[in-house]
Amino acid sequence: MFYIHCPYCQEHREEEEFHPRGEAHLMRPTDPDNATDEEWGDYLFFRQNPRGIHHELWVHSVGCRKFFNITRNTVTYEILETYRMGEQPSITAETEKLRKEQGVQTADGGWQTIGAQPDSRALNEETSS
Amino acid sequence: MSNVSAKQFNTVPAGNPAVESPLHWSYQQQKSTPSANAGVVLREKALLGHVVLRGGAIVMDEAVRQVLGMSLPAKPNTVTRDEAGERSIQWISPDEWLVIVPGGEECDLERRLREALGDAHVSIVNVSGGQTVLTLAGENAREVLMKTVAFDVHPQAFPVGKGVTTVFAKATVVLRRASETEWELVVRRSFADYCYRWLLDASKEYGIDTQ
Amino acid sequence: MTQTHRINAGGHVDRSQTLEFTFNGQRYQGFKGDTLASALLANGVDIVNRSFKYSRARGIVAAGAEEPNAVVQLGAREETQVPNVRATQQALYKGLVARSTNGWPNVQRDVMSWVGRLGGGFMPPGFYYKTFMAPASMWMTYEKYIRKGAGLGRAPHESDPDIYDHMHHHCDVMVVGAGPAGLAAALSAARAGARVILCDEQEEMGGSLLDSRETLDGVLAARWVEASVKELASLENVTLLPRTTANGYHDHNFVTLHERRTEHLADTASEAGFAGQARARLHRVRAGTVILASGTHERPLVYANNDLPGNMLAGAVSTYIRRYAVVPGKKLVLSPSNDHAYRAALDWKEAGREVIAIVDARANPDGDLVRQARDSGIRVITGSAVVEARGGQRVTGARVCAIDLERFVVTGKTEELECDTIASSGGYSPVVHLSSHTGTRPQWNEELLCFLPGEVKGMISAGGVAGHFGLDETLADGERAGRQAAKATGFENAQAITLPATRARRDGKACALYQVPHEKTALRAPKQFVDLQNDVTAAGIELATREGFESIEHVKRYTALGFGTDQGKLGNINGMAIAARCLDRSIPDVGTTVFRPNYTPITFGAIVGRHCGELFDPKRYTALHQWHMENGAEFEDVGQWKRPWYFPKKRRDNGQERMETMHEAVARECLAVREKVGILDASTLGKIDIQGPDAREFLGRVYTNKWAQLAPGRVRYGLMCKDDGMLMDDGTTSCLADNHFLMTTTTGGAAGVLEWLELWHQTEWPELQVYFNSVTDHWATMTVTGPDARKLLSELTDLDLDKESFKFMDWRDATVADVPARIFRISFTGELAFEINVQANYALHVWKKLFEHGEKYDLTPYGTETMHVLRAEKGLIIVGQDTDGSVTPEDLGMQWAIGYDKPFPWIGKRALSRPDTLRGDRKQFVGLKPKDPSVVLEEGAQIVFDKEQSIPMDMKGHVTSSYYSPSLGHGFALAVVVEGRDRMGQTVYLPMADGTVHEAEIVSPVFIDPKGERQNV
Ligand SMILES: [Zn+2]
Repeated sequence: MFYIHCPYCQEHREEEEFHPRGEAHLMRPTDPDNATDEEWGDYLFFRQNPRGIHHELWVHSVGCRKFFNITRNTVTYEILETYRMGEQPSITAETEKLRKEQGVQTADGGWQTIGAQPDSRALNEETSS
Repeated sequence: MSNVSAKQFNTVPAGNPAVESPLHWSYQQQKSTPSANAGVVLREKALLGHVVLRGGAIVMDEAVRQVLGMSLPAKPNTVTRDEAGERSIQWISPDEWLVIVPGGEECDLERRLREALGDAHVSIVNVSGGQTVLTLAGENAREVLMKTVAFDVHPQAFPVGKGVTTVFAKATVVLRRASETEWELVVRRSFADYCYRWLLDASKEYGIDTQ
Repeated sequence: MTQTHRINAGGHVDRSQTLEFTFNGQRYQGFKGDTLASALLANGVDIVNRSFKYSRARGIVAAGAEEPNAVVQLGAREETQVPNVRATQQALYKGLVARSTNGWPNVQRDVMSWVGRLGGGFMPPGFYYKTFMAPASMWMTYEKYIRKGAGLGRAPHESDPDIYDHMHHHCDVMVVGAGPAGLAAALSAARAGARVILCDEQEEMGGSLLDSRETLDGVLAARWVEASVKELASLENVTLLPRTTANGYHDHNFVTLHERRTEHLADTASEAGFAGQARARLHRVRAGTVILASGTHERPLVYANNDLPGNMLAGAVSTYIRRYAVVPGKKLVLSPSNDHAYRAALDWKEAGREVIAIVDARANPDGDLVRQARDSGIRVITGSAVVEARGGQRVTGARVCAIDLERFVVTGKTEELECDTIASSGGYSPVVHLSSHTGTRPQWNEELLCFLPGEVKGMISAGGVAGHFGLDETLADGERAGRQAAKATGFENAQAITLPATRARRDGKACALYQVPHEKTALRAPKQFVDLQNDVTAAGIELATREGFESIEHVKRYTALGFGTDQGKLGNINGMAIAARCLDRSIPDVGTTVFRPNYTPITFGAIVGRHCGELFDPKRYTALHQWHMENGAEFEDVGQWKRPWYFPKKRRDNGQERMETMHEAVARECLAVREKVGILDASTLGKIDIQGPDAREFLGRVYTNKWAQLAPGRVRYGLMCKDDGMLMDDGTTSCLADNHFLMTTTTGGAAGVLEWLELWHQTEWPELQVYFNSVTDHWATMTVTGPDARKLLSELTDLDLDKESFKFMDWRDATVADVPARIFRISFTGELAFEINVQANYALHVWKKLFEHGEKYDLTPYGTETMHVLRAEKGLIIVGQDTDGSVTPEDLGMQWAIGYDKPFPWIGKRALSRPDTLRGDRKQFVGLKPKDPSVVLEEGAQIVFDKEQSIPMDMKGHVTSSYYSPSLGHGFALAVVVEGRDRMGQTVYLPMADGTVHEAEIVSPVFIDPKGERQNV
């Protein structure tokens, strides 16, 4: 059961509120009519399925109904970041490789579940004051 | 002109035809179970006006200030209410809000909002027949919610004024904390009976008062 | 005095409350505060089970979750049976009834012993399959009796009367285990202000402190436990969960806890005032930080006949004496590899029983406890171990030998010691299971001779599980962990708390001992058990390594090591050590097996919670449900919806009154629509409100057909494909205003279509100005259809229903029965039809008014079955019934609904020109007319062209819909057939499972009114 930070609701929510929709950043050929059968087949059927860093499209179906992207490590299941549609990931397989080569520990940003939930705490203080 | 591009539909009858809230059928099936010292008190705020607003926050905020005298909630997952507590606006998504007003006001509200919004690209949808509001109060209300929703309902995480859309058992709910003592659950009409039965069952050990 | 093994003082039992219980039909007495295991031991019950494979007598070994033998079937009544309960974890209650899980017909004399003898002295792994599989046909017979004899517990045959539920939690710090480390951690995190949950699987919190000989602040440790628990209970930010096992540790610090709420009372819960309470509760906890303070399990030594009743863990002996005031024997031989185990001998002696000797494997044990034992006059034999237990139904003696740990041989002379109990200790294994659930591997620590938890993000291990075995270290480690966890979750000012003072104790170094050497080889020596529950022996593991199983995972599967309900809590490490010795490798090199949830078995009730019975799945009702119920509808499940299937009426046959059959009711309903007027509750159709200047453009991209010209007031039918060109949904969409549309979807497709529209809008075409909102539940929809539909409706509406002003595929605003309504002239029956939409709260009123006025027209309510027949007669498809995700609009012959020349490359268009979708031999949608008019073909039946062909025949299509048509007077079907449209008039065959072969003619799928005149009247 993942704990996912929705970039629109701006808080962590349980996995049961979300649906995964496969690989993120798929490009529909801009001119489908003139795309070759192979190009169209690639778009329809072929996916990366990497071991390690993976960018995924999810939707907050029981929530804000917005689609967004998740950068997830498919080995550890760690969610490294979530970002809105139209944005690019800040963590990719390449950046991770680079960090490793430079001897830097891999990013451990990820799901900042660490309980405190600053948003709601601030809200709490405001409403009680 | 906006009234050409979108079609408004007045669903409020002129006369007085019989009307049933989504829980009408459930009340007939599940006779009330009066319980002394009930730990849970469950009520329906039936037949209210429910309107979904979609659009840009800035134009929408101006329009609701003008029409309702209230502002849109500024933060995600929050609810603003008028002073009487009869009208509320809830953040649902960055471009979606749920407005709940006394029953019968919804069509007039839509008309006035459309007027105020002019040509702006918005959507206003009357969903009054499609959902209803349950209130949950009592000493054990929070425990019943803990059995029901995975969202954190601890006062620290769910202060008064917060509202979220989340999973309710195997259905969905819009959950709001109306006051220190009262929770509001906006449930869909077709799931209302399931939600009602679920709450009765989950509350049984504490005793429940359904009026 | 029946409790022969009970001592008169000490322990946490309440001697004033005697509890009667029954085990294997025999009545006994215990005290409140006992577990079933301690009560059995108090009564001197030696044999609690028969072993799984060899059917050997087995007694209680441990005092906690790791118990492999005392696994019982609990419950006084059939409906309250619970299998596989560990007697060591089951609190005793009045009237408890339990039976041995294994050993039919009884544990004392066992029919299974013949199986044990059949295989000779040693039944190798795989024995059952090798012996009983031939002849294969007999396995079923053998298996029935072997299973019954071996017993694995049984499920009740009647419905469980108990209640179970779930509860969701969020906390800053989740502490697993309330021993010294867990309590210290909880105190320091809670005092810092963090939201803390502390769970412990035992009846009482305190863990090892409950039977500790040590003092804290100068008083017995149990006192400090009391005070700490009291403080925690008083704090609002702390949730205490005793009798609660953390059973699973999942992604992102999600922990599942299994709380046994009335399990300690079980059948007696109601009398005890717990009526209506959940018997067990599954807590689902999302934690900021998890503190794993699960402690350790003691490892037994593996020596010959170590399974005889009377062989126990050293720590369990101490627990029974100090916590339950039960001494499980009279004469003790203790065989330890470490100092800590000496407690057992000291406790035993203090209880007034005889300690024959301590046989320490180490050459020069010299810790404080060793000195204490010697000072109290206990004989300590060093450099030796118990190599073999003696006895039949219970230990009668121990054979002791000097051993050489390095060379793994016995040296020196044998000494026979007379005793009835042998306690052993081979060291302590941290309970790393939960950390392992997350996917990390435990790490071997050569210094401590154990596996420690691997690193898990968001988890801190503390105390014994982290390899801190001394009490002072454990407390300090727990305190540090609690503080660290509080800081990590935002309580940066967390302060160190003052810990109680311990008395310094020096422990000597332990030695590495797992299997004790024997004079004979493992195969020839009496059995040396590693996994007691699965009867896995040292010889079995040795054999496995000799047969080439080198990976511990393979050894495990070959021998069944760790496969029981105890998941190898006692045996796994010993098994790995033996495999490592046989393979001449180190333990970390051999590796460890992976533990998976759940840590201990959990009942189905707790997993299900309250999602059962009528709450198993939501039942969705329309606004008219009450009327349907009152009018005798039979219901069909359509997704979660309850839809009227048909409305059977009473009828008279030969003066006898009876209810119509479904066939009769559907025939009557069909004819009513074709000849008079019928009404259908169509509220379940998905409805999506679409607004925005680009709404029309958007429709053109998601539907295959054209939307540019649809004027306000008009309705159009549309097909929706995925980008692979396959049909995914269909429905009508009405133009309400230039920028405003109402889309309908199939009942089952509603949520999926809305998400589909959002997907394309949000990810592909965010520049389009359009919004989508579900209005499915807002509107109730009533379809009035049939030749008299106009006459009926005109009585109730102000709208001019004239066919010129209100044409087929028009919609209008109106009032119906004084209620504002939207009326659509669309038809799914082929007849004149009006779909009336009203705000759902007024639906029942309108529906009833229609019936008031409809009586003179014989208005007939009809259900989904009649709807299906009527639409099929018209060749109208149902997506998901006539299509299956591999059907294109072309395959359906719906070219008229494909706008190839639309400017934008709409979803699905490109795929329709792929070679596969252009294949000439695709299956096409056709009608089938059975040659025998009385035949109704089976839906799903396969179609062949050559009925003489031998099996496997070439399947050329299948029936998608099939009904009897009362209007046509014969059966008819819809089907997909290879090149079907070119085969009109040809005969196809449908071979059935019973050998009959139906014949049918390929015809047009439109059976009634092919020109579509009736709906236009
Ligand atoms: Zn969201």
